[in-house]
Amino acid sequence: MRITQGCFSFLPDLTDEQIRKQVEYCLKKGWAISLEFTDDPHPRNSFWEMWGLPMFDLKDAAGVMNELASCRKIYGDRYVRLSAFDASHGWESVRISFIVNRPKEEPGFALERTEGKGRNVVYTTRAYAAGRPEGKRYD
Amino acid sequence: MAAAPERVSDIEARGDTMGASVDLQREFAEAGVGSVLEELDRDLVGLAPVKRRIREIAALLLVERARKKLGLAHETPTLHMSFTGNPGTGKTTVAVRMADLLHRLGYVRKGHLVSVTRDDLVGQYIGHTAPKTKEVLRKAMGGVLFIDEAYYLYRAENERDYGQEAIEILLQAMENQREDLVVILAGYADRMDRFFGSNPGFRSRIAHHIDFPDYSNEELLLIAGRMLERQSYRLSPAGREALSRYIAHRRQLPHFANARSIRNALDRARLRQANRLFESAQQPLTADALSIIDAPDILASRVFALPVAPSTREPSR
Repeated sequence: MRITQGCFSFLPDLTDEQIRKQVEYCLKKGWAISLEFTDDPHPRNSFWEMWGLPMFDLKDAAGVMNELASCRKIYGDRYVRLSAFDASHGWESVRISFIVNRPKEEPGFALERTEGKGRNVVYTTRAYAAGRPEGKRYD
Repeated sequence: MAAAPERVSDIEARGDTMGASVDLQREFAEAGVGSVLEELDRDLVGLAPVKRRIREIAALLLVERARKKLGLAHETPTLHMSFTGNPGTGKTTVAVRMADLLHRLGYVRKGHLVSVTRDDLVGQYIGHTAPKTKEVLRKAMGGVLFIDEAYYLYRAENERDYGQEAIEILLQAMENQREDLVVILAGYADRMDRFFGSNPGFRSRIAHHIDFPDYSNEELLLIAGRMLERQSYRLSPAGREALSRYIAHRRQLPHFANARSIRNALDRARLRQANRLFESAQQPLTADALSIIDAPDILASRVFALPVAPSTREPSR
């Protein structure tokens, strides 16, 4: 099951050339770009790990693309997302964020039903991948 | 702003590779190279050999670009340079122009200049250097990285110095990211020679070695005039004469830094001029009086009182 989230989630995965253009756009706007990775695909997982510090004061996308390449080299089997932070007054938040790398195979989610009091059903989604220990989820 | 260089594939697709021709003069005009070179000629005093080298480099790059357009075999030329010369000979200024020139010719994408020294590249503890150097490289991508006094990166006396790590990362970037980055190393000629001697990797990766000569006394006087002009000051005839004596004298003292010494001298002269006006003025001052640097402002310098060092660079007159 292909996980989607963030910007462009209805599009097929962006090619490197398309990512570069998005980065150029972000830099033109003066946003700081950062890379994050995780191997827990759950949509409510907000604990993505940072790949280095956010990149401030860049002028050209090449720097980001190099970082992305080296991140993929090590964490090519995980989800990697690129976010751009707008520090200008009034925004001070992430303006764009999209997935730039994903595992080759994504096993998807199990839907668990728990029957509670009065036959009330509580639903939980559980990623099949998350059943394995961290770092070995997409081996 | 120069138009983005056309892609080779576009031209090959048209199938007119060999029969086509390129008008170099038009290319020259379109890229806006001429205006950069003219500005260089106009704004920078002296430096004739430097200007000649830059013209040669510009011509080479223009021809390379034309060859690329016609689909002839080409590789991205190595553009890393080293600027050697005494302090205050305009290395940084020329580097800024160079970045602009390379941008107009389409060899760097953004054309900004990131100027760094050892402190910006080398860390203070193990594991600090690599991220620091890489961050600087990232910022310089698409532009020119100017490393001032590059020889401080290599400290021969301490083999565990972190500078070595920075050098390795730099060399790797200079080799692998030639399309993204142009590196200019700058520093005093003799020390740079020693630096290149102990780091042959650098020498072989640098295509253009440009030597900046010292300015002559007349050139320095001209530079002083322009510096003052920019600040809406000017020299009185007596002041000009005093300054030319000052320059001749200053040159023979230690720590002479060409244009930088002149700039500092002028800053001090402005200070003295302000003081003189403040103490002597009885009636309201005109704009003219406020903008003239006179002989006493310069002659009061302690430089005239200093004995000339025995190791003079020029024979005294």
